[in-house]
Amino acid sequence: MSLEIKNLSVSIGEKPILKDFCLTVPKGQVHAIMGPNGTGKSTLAKALAGHPDYTVNAGEALLDGQNLIGMEADAIARAGLFMAFQYPMEVPGVSIANFIRAALVARLKEGENFSATGYYKDLYAKMDELKMPREFTSRAINVGFSGGEKKRCEILQMAMLKPSYAILDETDSGLDIDALRIVAEGVEHMRGPEIGMVVITHYQRLLNYIKPDVVHVMYGGRIVKSGGPELALDLEERGYGWVEKEFEKVV
Amino acid sequence: MSDFPAVNSASVVAEAAFAEHMASWPRMPAWLAEAKREARKRFAELTMPTRKQEAWRFATVSNLSCDGFTLARGEASLAASVEPVVTCGGCLDFADDFHAGGKPLDPELAEKGVIFLPLDAALRAYPEFVRKYLFGHMPNLGSEKFEALHMAMFRSGVFLYVPKNVEVTLPLAALHEAVRPNAGLFPHTLVVADENSSVTLVEVFRSRDANLAHFACAASDLVALPGARISRRLIQSWSDSSLAFHLGSSTADRDSSIDSISLHLGGGHVRAEEHGRIVGRGGNVQMHSLAVATGSREIDQRTLQTHLACDGKSDLLYKNVLTDKARTIFAGLIRVDELAQRTDAYQTNRNLLLSPDAEASSLPGLEILANDVKCSHGMTTGQLDADQMFYLLSRGIPRKEAEKLMVFGFFEEVLSRMGNEELSAYAGGLLEKRMGAAG
Repeated sequence: MSLEIKNLSVSIGEKPILKDFCLTVPKGQVHAIMGPNGTGKSTLAKALAGHPDYTVNAGEALLDGQNLIGMEADAIARAGLFMAFQYPMEVPGVSIANFIRAALVARLKEGENFSATGYYKDLYAKMDELKMPREFTSRAINVGFSGGEKKRCEILQMAMLKPSYAILDETDSGLDIDALRIVAEGVEHMRGPEIGMVVITHYQRLLNYIKPDVVHVMYGGRIVKSGGPELALDLEERGYGWVEKEFEKVV
Repeated sequence: MSDFPAVNSASVVAEAAFAEHMASWPRMPAWLAEAKREARKRFAELTMPTRKQEAWRFATVSNLSCDGFTLARGEASLAASVEPVVTCGGCLDFADDFHAGGKPLDPELAEKGVIFLPLDAALRAYPEFVRKYLFGHMPNLGSEKFEALHMAMFRSGVFLYVPKNVEVTLPLAALHEAVRPNAGLFPHTLVVADENSSVTLVEVFRSRDANLAHFACAASDLVALPGARISRRLIQSWSDSSLAFHLGSSTADRDSSIDSISLHLGGGHVRAEEHGRIVGRGGNVQMHSLAVATGSREIDQRTLQTHLACDGKSDLLYKNVLTDKARTIFAGLIRVDELAQRTDAYQTNRNLLLSPDAEASSLPGLEILANDVKCSHGMTTGQLDADQMFYLLSRGIPRKEAEKLMVFGFFEEVLSRMGNEELSAYAGGLLEKRMGAAG
């Protein structure tokens, strides 16, 4: 069981971003993808989620064997892939409670009924873990949320929807240290044999709280180096300059 | 088809219909008869609107013919026993402008001096008192000819008076139903809230049978005396082949407030005029509207916020959702008199287009003569936001469902101001039905 990305090439308009990208994340593992800005990290996330602005020119993304490429965004999500966005959208007038409920209802199997009491019990328990006050449920999605609240809300959705794979795109950006810790704890809490996670980050500091099994370095639209957690520390110490020097020719 | 046969009679605009109306009202006070005859004369003199007139810009004036509609002749047999849409302290039910039932006013309120009667009954019981306020204000935003017709032809409606310092906690309700085929209705609503009183009036306007055509020329006059608070909720779902005028006026005296929310869900052609006037220092008028234009419906909205006194506040929010080949027109003006210093006035019109064939026009305006004011207007017309849509899809919510969530999100800004959960739920249900029927 794994999320297997094979030779994925993605462009925005005419501009190629991902080139022959390969990555395999076995279920139960946490992988980190690090790399300089503009190297295609967020493109990877958006393309896998089925964003219409990204064109997949070649390759496959197999979620436990099911190819996600060409599927609609909502079908990809129901197949088990979750995307925590770097900049979660504000959706005025749609409450968090109704939003998550609609997402869960969409996942009901035929003949299954939605239990409102079970839903709220589950929702409140997870909100408590993330230190989110109850009134959050009636607020409109991300409207007027602080950076930290937005990211916590992403983690809450992930916890409620129980995906088999999750991609966290720059979840640490815009967070102060307290919020970072709460979000990281939420992620660590979900970690287990039932889920594979990809944590995309520019900085090493998130990895002080989320311990990855594997660290990948991305450059020029592909992974150029993989290693253990020590690779992240190495990057932190040496910066991205050496990556650029070392792999410019290769890319 | 309706269980009630059509009444063979002259068109509502014919002199014969007026004569019939006058003859059918025994012992009409002489002053009212005189006023009605004058109004009838005015109606005959005024010309039909044309698109060349600023007040009718973009409107399909050819829809305004009322020739096929006949004078509603309500009677007891038309009564339908329906529960009021909200838990209320009293309800007046009208069928074809005839008071056909409802729920009597809570005796405690009656004891405090609250008057809540069909307008014709109020005219019999308190003729001089009603006279003082009747037709005090009309919106005068282009439909003067139809205002005159309304005045000439009205025969009932709601009269609500709340005495000084009386707070009516439960809403009062009214149901105006059009029943007979081609019935022409002229419901009038007059609310007077005396000093420091407060009241909420919920009015439902609808066609009993959605397959019949009706004509409604409704007018309302809300008067808040110093320190009073009036909330009015209007829920309109005339049949798709109906022609309707909703001519509303709100007049706020010193430190009083009027908060009106109108939901327009039906009608083939709807002309909605709303004029809020701040006539006393610190008066506050809130004008909110939500319209769902589906099919080939046209909803034509004209508003005016007039500030005649200082420290007043007015806030207008009109939101329209359009599907299919529907059209909406919003033309709004804020007018601030030179005496009305420190006015806060806002006007917002938002149109959500769910179909490429739908068309929304927006004509906002300001006319400010005072120099120390905060005024702004804003308008947006657009489709569902693609990034918001992607966000909902990315959580596994199917596109149709995501659309529905976003459209209801658009409604929410107005629905959340209803101030009554039962009413919000009722309105939400009607909206869902209406959106479900849209293409």
